[in-house]
Amino acid sequence: MTLRAALPQFSAAVLLALMVAFPVRAADRFITVASTTSTENSGLFEAILPQFARSTGIEVRVVAQGTGQALRTARNGDADVVFVHAKAAEQKFVADGFGVNRNPVMFNDFVIVGPKADPAKVDGMNDAPVALRLIASTGAPFASRGDDSGTHRAERRLWQWAKITPTGSWYRETGSGMGATLNIAAQTNAYALVDRATWLAFMNKGQLAIAVEGDKRLFNQYGVILVNPKKHPHVKAADGQAFIDWLTRPEGQKAIAGFKVGGQQLFFPNAGEPGA
Amino acid sequence: MDGAFAQAFKLILGLDAEFLGIVGLSLWVTLSAVAISAAIGLPLGALLAVCRFPGRGALIVSVNALMGLPPVVAGLLVYLALSRAGPAGFLGILFTPAAMIVAQTILVLPIVIALTRQVAEDMWAEYGDHLASLGQTGRAAISTLLYDGRLALAVTLLAGFGRAAAEVGAVMIVGGNIAGYTRTMTTAIALETSKGDLALALGLGIVLLALTLSINMIVFGATRLWHHQLR
Amino acid sequence: MRDRPSILPLAAYGLRFEMAGIRLIDGVDLAVGSGECVALLGPNGSGKTLTLRLLHGLDVPTSGTVRWATGSDKVAGRKRHAMVFQKPVMLRRTAIANVRHALDAAGFPRAEITERAAAALARFGLQDLAARPARVLSGGEQHRLAIARAAALEPDILFMDEPTAALDPSATRQIEAMFAELKRVGIALVFSTHDIGQARRVADRVAIFGKGRIVEEGPAEEILAAPQTGEARAFIAGDLPW
Repeated sequence: MTLRAALPQFSAAVLLALMVAFPVRAADRFITVASTTSTENSGLFEAILPQFARSTGIEVRVVAQGTGQALRTARNGDADVVFVHAKAAEQKFVADGFGVNRNPVMFNDFVIVGPKADPAKVDGMNDAPVALRLIASTGAPFASRGDDSGTHRAERRLWQWAKITPTGSWYRETGSGMGATLNIAAQTNAYALVDRATWLAFMNKGQLAIAVEGDKRLFNQYGVILVNPKKHPHVKAADGQAFIDWLTRPEGQKAIAGFKVGGQQLFFPNAGEPGA
Repeated sequence: MDGAFAQAFKLILGLDAEFLGIVGLSLWVTLSAVAISAAIGLPLGALLAVCRFPGRGALIVSVNALMGLPPVVAGLLVYLALSRAGPAGFLGILFTPAAMIVAQTILVLPIVIALTRQVAEDMWAEYGDHLASLGQTGRAAISTLLYDGRLALAVTLLAGFGRAAAEVGAVMIVGGNIAGYTRTMTTAIALETSKGDLALALGLGIVLLALTLSINMIVFGATRLWHHQLR
Repeated sequence: MRDRPSILPLAAYGLRFEMAGIRLIDGVDLAVGSGECVALLGPNGSGKTLTLRLLHGLDVPTSGTVRWATGSDKVAGRKRHAMVFQKPVMLRRTAIANVRHALDAAGFPRAEITERAAAALARFGLQDLAARPARVLSGGEQHRLAIARAAALEPDILFMDEPTAALDPSATRQIEAMFAELKRVGIALVFSTHDIGQARRVADRVAIFGKGRIVEEGPAEEILAAPQTGEARAFIAGDLPW
């Protein structure tokens, strides 16, 4: 027996066995949604997408990225719908012609978490910029996403309001997702800005606890946008729009409100709210 | 650690459909990449061992260096190529298992070519005169080298499998870690780590390790069977 | 002996071979007729191995020609000469698979290969080794397998480089018995050796090499009994001037 005879037969047999054992699920109808790690990691999609699939027969494939990267993915035409949380960037995305129009969906809020020892003495505060100023002035470690995500953008806005340019060894940019950043914060007793949904679902809190919450400026609005089929003809506009319609109408809004972790509601639907 | 082993057992014994899907996809993507790399890399490596041409040394060094290509870079290159904005965007396979197979093939192929080249070159030094005497050249000579080198080449393919099975950077970028569609063992581990569920992440890691161990055992068994002919 | 055209006689004229500017073969003329047995004698480095390789076509002479009676070394698409190397190349397969591989490579019809391989081993009493991995055979067994493998190709002429150099007397006797069988079926033999006794026992003709040339050539008995040149006399006397 020569190799030419043996090896392809062997490989073919293995592959065939795999194909039989593992038929790659090829859904007839699916859309690709570029979204954020906070929505994915909190388990929201896992909870609501099956309901959408049941009522429409459309499978939603979620690529969870930071908001900045999700918008770039959509801009390149690699997603049909983008579902993120950075209102200004979303409006620019639509204004630049890459999105059809922006629809508010839901909100939650950010919290500042920190070590229970609270070296910056910010526990219980409800003024986020003042708390950040305290953290900076005491040089307590702060873990920043540093990845141009929606959370990172919100954090930079807070620093602006605090009139501080955060630099120094205490300010640590992880360049990672929310969960990785929380892992780092937990290990290094650092403060961090996190959306409440990810925080509640996060399982490795260690010595971290919520220090600052309840500031209006910690409000975190999510919006959903259909990628413009005029820019990218392959975009599945009808199915994408169906997803957006479902999210913003009572059925989807109810599903979002019904998603709870440990009995606690993580996202608050507000599709009808003017100006959201 | 106890939690991790408990999680690993729960995953294996639970035979949860989602978990099996993840394991199946991991195997499918990785073995496809290895099979494609073998189909291309084995003959190419042997050809590189046998042929002499200008620039051969530089080519060998380049291929050897590519064995160290960071998975994230491979992933990024494939991402840029397969994105709708990229040259192969018309295929529309970004964020699909096919894209993951492409990325992993780019990681595995240099290993297969480089190690095959080394194995075949050593054998060619020994076999060259005999095959020339028999008038065996070209494809036939290469298939003799590959067949007689099958023991060492099986290890080469295992090295390729190991690289593909262990990497997370490339499949994460080009697959998108879509639940139920492009989520593999390694991207699931990364995801669970980021969710802070370290026990589940480690449990998945243990299952992945067990899987890799089983594949190595199968290949080891096969090479034992051949071994008596190969000394 | 055979009812098919032979590529013999073989005639080599003025073979020269240079490597990196050094002349290793310096004007070798040699003719080999059908069924002849020729021993190449001479010290190490005198050009015996290279001459065998040039005749077999493994190396290309810098100048000079190797001419076959039929104009080509092939008959019906198959090369009609074979070579056994000083260190036999054993493929990583069983003994019989080694023979099968050679038959396949040389272009024998696939349907005949299994039968021919078995016959080749049986002919030299090697059938018991058939299923053994070739690379764990003893040195003598490997040499015998290599000769049987080459003989299976039905060559008109077989080149052998030092077929008994590393072998003990009993293995050497077995190889020489194979020579007799090969001669019986009409295969011409050209082999290099240091063993003057062997040349006397086996060869019809001898060619004595020195410094890349043939210094004396002729019927074995004649030359070995009464060498004409000083170089040949010295070599045969074991007094190596080179």
